[in-house]
Amino acid sequence: MFAAATLALLITVSLALARAVLGPTVFDRLLATNTIGTCTVLLLALIGFLGGRPEFLDLALVYGLLNLVGTVAVLKFFHDGQLADRRRHREATR
Amino acid sequence: MSSALIDIPSWICLLAGSVFCVIGALGVLRMPDFYTRMHAASVVDTLGAGLILLGLILQAGLSLVAAKLVMIGLLLFFTGPVAGHALAKAAMRGGLAPLLADADGALPASTSPASDHGRESPAKEAAPSKP
Repeated sequence: MFAAATLALLITVSLALARAVLGPTVFDRLLATNTIGTCTVLLLALIGFLGGRPEFLDLALVYGLLNLVGTVAVLKFFHDGQLADRRRHREATR
Repeated sequence: MSSALIDIPSWICLLAGSVFCVIGALGVLRMPDFYTRMHAASVVDTLGAGLILLGLILQAGLSLVAAKLVMIGLLLFFTGPVAGHALAKAAMRGGLAPLLADADGALPASTSPASDHGRESPAKEAAPSKP
């Protein structure tokens, strides 16, 4: 049953990857990347159960945190045009 | 350790979560518009992830593994809406207008799901001007 769920998650990742490649706008690609990240967290948890090694759950936790940071960082870049602190950047360019 | 009384609900949860994940990914691939695609992607974040994690928790029993799975579930529960809100706000401020039906309820012909792969630049569907 773990194998079936893993297979379904792999199908999910490949469909989201197709959207990430096709996506007309950059936001579509980011949305697909976020979905792939969520599926990767679930895949890591499932692989831990599949192989009988629950240490993979720690990797899943860390990957979930990194996924959020990555998405918000790219969105901040598109929102502000830079990754620096907004106020400090304004003072530096003054 | 695992009896049929635990196994059967766990398998049902895992299978239902897998089905919801595939449905959400199909929606992400097939929906005509960015905002509707975001709606479809939220299925993976909520029902798919929640049901798969619930199935794994049932398999793990009362242990540290179950506590870690609960932590993963809480992480996805809180970060999913944050990422979705940031995405929608960035897309709106980036000038991506939602695809709206006209008064007859018909979608614009140029943006049907079959033909949206040809659009390459976001400028084509951008809003005319920002206030």
